[in-house]
Amino acid sequence: MTESQATFHDALLDAAQPVPLGLSDAQARPAGRRFSVYRNNVAVSLTEAMHEAFPVIAKLLGKQNMDGLAGLFLRRHPPSSPLMMHYGEAFPDFLAGMEQLSHLGYLPDVARLELALRRSYHAADSTPIGPEALALSPDDLPRAQLAFAPAIGLLRSPWPIHAIWRFNTQDGAPKPQAGAQDILITRAEFDPVPHLLPKGGAEWIQAVQAGQTLGDAHETALAAADGFDLGALLALLLQENAITSVNIERLET
Amino acid sequence: MLDSALGSNRLPAAPGVGYKPQHFSQILAEAAPVAWLEIHAENYMGDGGRPLAQLRHLSERFPISVHGVGLSIGGEDPLDADHLARLKHLVGWLDPASFSEHLAWSTHDSHFLNDLLPLPYTDATLSRICDHIDQVQDVVGRRMLLENPSSYLAFDESTWSEPDFLREVSRRTGCGLLLDVNNVFVSATNLDFSPQGYIDAFPLENVAEIHLGGHDEDEDDHGHPLLIDSHGREVVDPVWALLDHVLERSGPKPVLIEWDTDVPDWPVLRAEAVRAQAALERIPA
Repeated sequence: MTESQATFHDALLDAAQPVPLGLSDAQARPAGRRFSVYRNNVAVSLTEAMHEAFPVIAKLLGKQNMDGLAGLFLRRHPPSSPLMMHYGEAFPDFLAGMEQLSHLGYLPDVARLELALRRSYHAADSTPIGPEALALSPDDLPRAQLAFAPAIGLLRSPWPIHAIWRFNTQDGAPKPQAGAQDILITRAEFDPVPHLLPKGGAEWIQAVQAGQTLGDAHETALAAADGFDLGALLALLLQENAITSVNIERLET
Repeated sequence: MLDSALGSNRLPAAPGVGYKPQHFSQILAEAAPVAWLEIHAENYMGDGGRPLAQLRHLSERFPISVHGVGLSIGGEDPLDADHLARLKHLVGWLDPASFSEHLAWSTHDSHFLNDLLPLPYTDATLSRICDHIDQVQDVVGRRMLLENPSSYLAFDESTWSEPDFLREVSRRTGCGLLLDVNNVFVSATNLDFSPQGYIDAFPLENVAEIHLGGHDEDEDDHGHPLLIDSHGREVVDPVWALLDHVLERSGPKPVLIEWDTDVPDWPVLRAEAVRAQAALERIPA
């Protein structure tokens, strides 16, 4: 009687476990190294998936360290779905829990940025509004509510994650300087782009996402950052096809 | 049994290739003799973006084969209902020319292992696989194809030969078969049987699609050749010869080139399709 798939599964993920019984070659000798083909397929394919999903983390750590981390990660967090596009959701928290990496405190947020870029890549398509939809009367503009495209993403970090991301993905990008950064991810067509947000921008976007009117959101942003420039942010959102509807709350008369 | 018209395979008896996004523009510009494309179902289960846009575009020009790699049909656990629903959705909107999966398992206890894992060929496995295939065909609403695996080892408890096992699955469920000729060659080398003998025992009348791919060479603990189904290089000459052996007996079939790792430039992949086209053309009348 061969052992169940539970035994097979455990032995695949833990090379210290013996090869399951009842597996042989054509001469009825124990399978031995033949079982390692499956162990290897699992480890190599999931390690490659992590390199693909987190290229900046891999670059920051180096290939060997990334391989090692991917190996630890796959044993602690095997994929919970056959959709490899979701594999690695637990990686930022996993990185945050690694004591050896605590001197690289920005790593979890960089991993969150890479996850958010991938999520944006696969997010639902949507139809953007044109600039004319925002040409509203001074009465209507503060009462308008906006909806954003499903492909947008917002990240707030105490680390300069936008600068770190650029420095590791673009030739000639400046060296990161210490400081908190907020990022807006947009996807004008198919390719997600992370934009550095000015102070107050993240508060404004969160307020709009929470359903606040433009007037209220503007005040929220100004409270967070004096001189918050709504015009520049709206222009960016329009140019990046990030706004999908404008709704104006009509007062009951 | 499903109405065969409901899910009859509509792939042409011509070469196809496994679709890779980096080949998108060149496929649109210079596909011939590639007449159809196969996608891995799981890569097209996102909500939107480039993958789905490319697939919609390609499906207007080419018959598409949806090839699942994540359903774990051989799993001891019940099939993942969420994943089945995703397959139903994909097959529903795309209306592909074919839908196939593997004689293998990949998920246990909600852990997806991202590999096609082997099964003992016993009555118990047979009945579980048939139940799962019945369920898939019910939910997805069409006949599916089941693919023979690459084997690196054998199960002591197996009581069925693989061709007989697949013939029986097909008989009980009405599913068609996908014959991977490279997998036959890999398994035959690893487990010391005749690949021609396997083909001669295989129910070729139920085969609706053929796969070819490259493999790597390794050795087991005893220095015995151990071929690994890597899909990372050209199809080797003995596998082309085995394809001739199949086609002489089966007649023309859709023949797919799989190349999933170290994916080459389009002309290299296309050259493999040209070779498949030549094999189809030299089938004796």
